[in-house]
Amino acid sequence: MRKYILKRLLQSVIILFFVAFIIYALMRCLPTSFIEAAARQKSMQPGSKSYEEWMEQLTVMYNMDGSIISGYFKWLGSMLRGDFGDSWKYTVPVLTKFNDTVWLSFAMGLISFIFELIIAIPLGIIAATKQYSKTDYTISVIALAGISLPTFFFASLLKLLFSVKLGWFDLYGLIGRNYDQLSAFGQLMDKANHLVMPIITLVVVSMGALMRYTRTNMLEVLNADYIRTARAKGLSERRVIYHHAFRNTLIPIVTIVGGTLPTLFSGALITETLFAIPGIGYASYQAMIAGDIPFSMFFLVFTALLTLIGNLIADVLYAVVDPRVRIA
Amino acid sequence: MEDMKDKKDMLETAAPSEEFSLSDDRRVKVLSPGQLVLKRFFRNRLAVTGMVILLAMFIFSFVGGLLSPYEEDQKFYRVDAQAKDYAGIVHNEEFRYTVGDKELFKSTVHAQALKAILQGKDSFEYKGTGYTLEKLTDDAYVVSSGGSPVGIASKELVNPSAQDGSVSFEFSLAALRAKASGEKTFTAEGNEYDIGEDGIITDKSGTEIAYVSQYIVRAVMSDVFFSRELKNQLIDAVEAGQKSFEYTDENGVTAEYILKYDAANKSWDVKQEIDTKVFDTYSAPSKEHWLGTDRNGMDMLTRLMYGGRISLIIGFVVVFIEALIGVVLGGIAGYFGGWVDGLIMRIVDVFYCLPFLPIMIILGAAMDAANVPSFTRMMYMMITLGILGWAGVARLVRGQILSLREQEFMTATEACGIAPSRRIFRHLIPNVMPQLIVYMTMGLGTTIILEATLSFLGLGVRFPFASWGNIINDVNDTFVLTNYWFIWIPAGVLLLITVLAFNIVGDGLRDAFDPKMKR
Repeated sequence: MRKYILKRLLQSVIILFFVAFIIYALMRCLPTSFIEAAARQKSMQPGSKSYEEWMEQLTVMYNMDGSIISGYFKWLGSMLRGDFGDSWKYTVPVLTKFNDTVWLSFAMGLISFIFELIIAIPLGIIAATKQYSKTDYTISVIALAGISLPTFFFASLLKLLFSVKLGWFDLYGLIGRNYDQLSAFGQLMDKANHLVMPIITLVVVSMGALMRYTRTNMLEVLNADYIRTARAKGLSERRVIYHHAFRNTLIPIVTIVGGTLPTLFSGALITETLFAIPGIGYASYQAMIAGDIPFSMFFLVFTALLTLIGNLIADVLYAVVDPRVRIA
Repeated sequence: MEDMKDKKDMLETAAPSEEFSLSDDRRVKVLSPGQLVLKRFFRNRLAVTGMVILLAMFIFSFVGGLLSPYEEDQKFYRVDAQAKDYAGIVHNEEFRYTVGDKELFKSTVHAQALKAILQGKDSFEYKGTGYTLEKLTDDAYVVSSGGSPVGIASKELVNPSAQDGSVSFEFSLAALRAKASGEKTFTAEGNEYDIGEDGIITDKSGTEIAYVSQYIVRAVMSDVFFSRELKNQLIDAVEAGQKSFEYTDENGVTAEYILKYDAANKSWDVKQEIDTKVFDTYSAPSKEHWLGTDRNGMDMLTRLMYGGRISLIIGFVVVFIEALIGVVLGGIAGYFGGWVDGLIMRIVDVFYCLPFLPIMIILGAAMDAANVPSFTRMMYMMITLGILGWAGVARLVRGQILSLREQEFMTATEACGIAPSRRIFRHLIPNVMPQLIVYMTMGLGTTIILEATLSFLGLGVRFPFASWGNIINDVNDTFVLTNYWFIWIPAGVLLLITVLAFNIVGDGLRDAFDPKMKR
């Protein structure tokens, strides 16, 4: 087991190396709009140097001279020392900005993830136990609709209903207008109030997949021989489903849930952007649009790392929870 | 169990032909695996509904565009009355100065003259020069120095009637004198003129030269000249206290003029309300435009049809690229195994890790900076989406081929000595197809959502092309979100049901392909 994990980790490092290189090459090949814009702005100032001179100076300053390969290894070197450089757009160290934004995203992600589990798993199980009934059809269609629902459309509908028509929540942002006048508890409630719509969006959009997954697995388990045995023993249907079947359904679910956990840190780019929630997703969207290479680099590599960790966790968990699975 | 049921069905379908004996083969209708799949598919009511929706959507998008009386980017106009600031009218209550001699009647002298008028003096002195004041009426004085007039201070002014006309000082003086004394004619610069009760001055041939008036009409725009008639109308309206009137000018353009008294400046602001052709933006659903018009004054329903066309085409092209790369690479990896497999699978791992959406956003922003034209942009987007998405297909195909390779029928093909290419394309690929078709159907839905999301963010399909995503993009404007449901809700609903239909059909196909399915 330890050997397996070690091997996978080593593999992940190599994959990450190439992923980071592709991303870096991609970012370097793009027109460096950020530097150009900055140089143009600086050269406009009275008595300033010419645009070309600024361009030259800024290119050196931002480490954009030199070839892609040497630039990549330079980036890699400082990254290994834990230095991700300074964000161009936010003009603070990348890690500072990351630390400022990631926890909000994590909190939002975690809350919606918990809701997702609470809603999706029971519904998936109910749908499976009543296969081909009206309930099953309804739940299946809801799950499919959740998967098919474009985030931005659903968010707009929510805004129209709850912000415009009912006036319960603000359209954008994390804090209200009178945030500074509120007590500490009031400030917390204000933030919570602003997070309601983003969380609903996240839950509705992402719960469909888990619901379907639960249903499929539950169906598989219900067709297994040991369930037939349990029924043959004369156990009550309740006990068969909630004791024997449920535990076995949990195996794949735990695996997939474990694999999803790391991605909670990568934020919800679209949802955060739509609601202007200053989390990691929104911050990185802004950075990417502005052509902020250090921050985008960091975010993209970080996301790739999370995916790798997620896959690893899922595979290891699979072996841990299911004694039938052995990994070499 | 399934087989038995199918046989029963077959027997039922062949039941009327009684003449065959029980053991006769002709009694049994033989169905190919494909027919069986179709049969199972059509038995699934939900999947059929999805299929019907998709069909309707295709007709809507591909045929609808042809049937629609409008073009994709045809703009509509409406005539709208736009009021713009046109003129200002002041009833002159102060003395204004007409200068005859620039040296002797400077602006400093104006003040001295005014002072003298207000004090009721008939002469004053400024810097050693003596001036005399001659009173014509209470509102008009002539300032002279050394016996000859150098300027006029009056509340009434002599204005030229023609656009490029001008009036000389001498003319003004003579005209004001004549008006003050009530004479009907006067002579200036050797010509004789008539002056009417209303202050209109005409020459001997009856042409109007100038007029005397206490109203000053100024144009807001410097290139506007008021015809005499319009000026009269305006002044009449001011005197009659009218709020508005209509006037047709010499070019035949009718406009409404709205007058408003501005107490602060003691003047009347005149707004000209003229019918202007403007883009018919955000007009509500009507008979001509069933779903109204959008921000650019284009017919919404037509935009939706063309948008659907683009969204669907992008979906298909992207999925096709994904499948092409994925099947080839996945097939190679699965069939050959060994180090080829290892290498390809590591590449797949790398592509699997690349964050999809962020990369598309960065590319979109970069294309913005490089001003890539809309059409090229769409091409790039399809290619990138395809290249980023093939890893999943490759994994699926490889996994399938790995398991199929070990099965008996493959050993049989080998034993029969069938050539490897035939083994791959005749025996392996067809067995991968079911999973592939299901994956691709679902992938179509995902791709369409992704494209719509990018277009929504303004980083995908761009104007003048329509896509369901960039139609909804308007909702970023809170005013549209609040007031114009018909701009964004129909596009969103179409998007939702199309993707939903793709997913339902994919689901139905999966069930139909699975021979273990109970139904």
